[in-house]
Amino acid sequence: MLIETGETMPLRNSDDVVRVRQAVRARAIAAGFSLVDQTKIVTAASEVGRNTVDYGGGGTLRIELLRDGRRTGVRLTFTDQGPGIADIAKAMTDGYTTGGGLGLGLSGAKRLSNEFAITSTPGIGTVVTLARWK
Amino acid sequence: MSEIPILKIGDCLLVSIQVDMHDRLAMALQDDLTQRIVADRARGVMIDISALEIVDSFIGRMLNNIAAMSRVLDAVTVVVGMRPAVAITLVELGLALTGVRTALNVDKGLAMIRSIIDSSENADAHRDR
Repeated sequence: MLIETGETMPLRNSDDVVRVRQAVRARAIAAGFSLVDQTKIVTAASEVGRNTVDYGGGGTLRIELLRDGRRTGVRLTFTDQGPGIADIAKAMTDGYTTGGGLGLGLSGAKRLSNEFAITSTPGIGTVVTLARWK
Repeated sequence: MSEIPILKIGDCLLVSIQVDMHDRLAMALQDDLTQRIVADRARGVMIDISALEIVDSFIGRMLNNIAAMSRVLDAVTVVVGMRPAVAITLVELGLALTGVRTALNVDKGLAMIRSIIDSSENADAHRDR
């Protein structure tokens, strides 16, 4: 698998989440995604990006355009140095939230992705990686 | 005040969301609309989301909240113009938007609001007799 291009963006506030949505859309178009696939990965980016800002205390997003033979894809890596998630299984449950949201962020983003991984260490931070292929 | 204009047409309020909304803007719109329903004695609220390229759980929650608050204030909310790709993504995300009435476009949305208001007024008149 080849990483064709990549860029890293800051995620500090809700304006950055809007910028992230636009940047992910541009990469998804570059990867040749259909409109529905673009919409899915942009929505997933919005959900996880908001978590990075609201729960992770801000962080970064790395966007990569992938090529694997004839397949193209987009991979997103969200990194924060926040408090971390003590119980990932619980955090991935529909409807579970420690904030005021609907608790659909992580579980919904996973459903919208082809690949999804989350690692978190309390006190160190959280890394969420998701990818969608054309 | 949010940056999203709220237009008054008869006893209805019309909002057309034309910008990529950040979370604070969504919250501001929710507050403004609730105030305006009372100030303008509105019976219907129509929210046009045809320009929205995504509806995530935050915006979905805002739409749910507006619908619930307007119901408490005796007004009907109809969301119109959702893009097909947005609808497909919303369902997969797990957001059913239960409690939010939807219509395909502004024309159908206005007709829906009209018929709901008229039927509730007929029911009131019937009770008063």
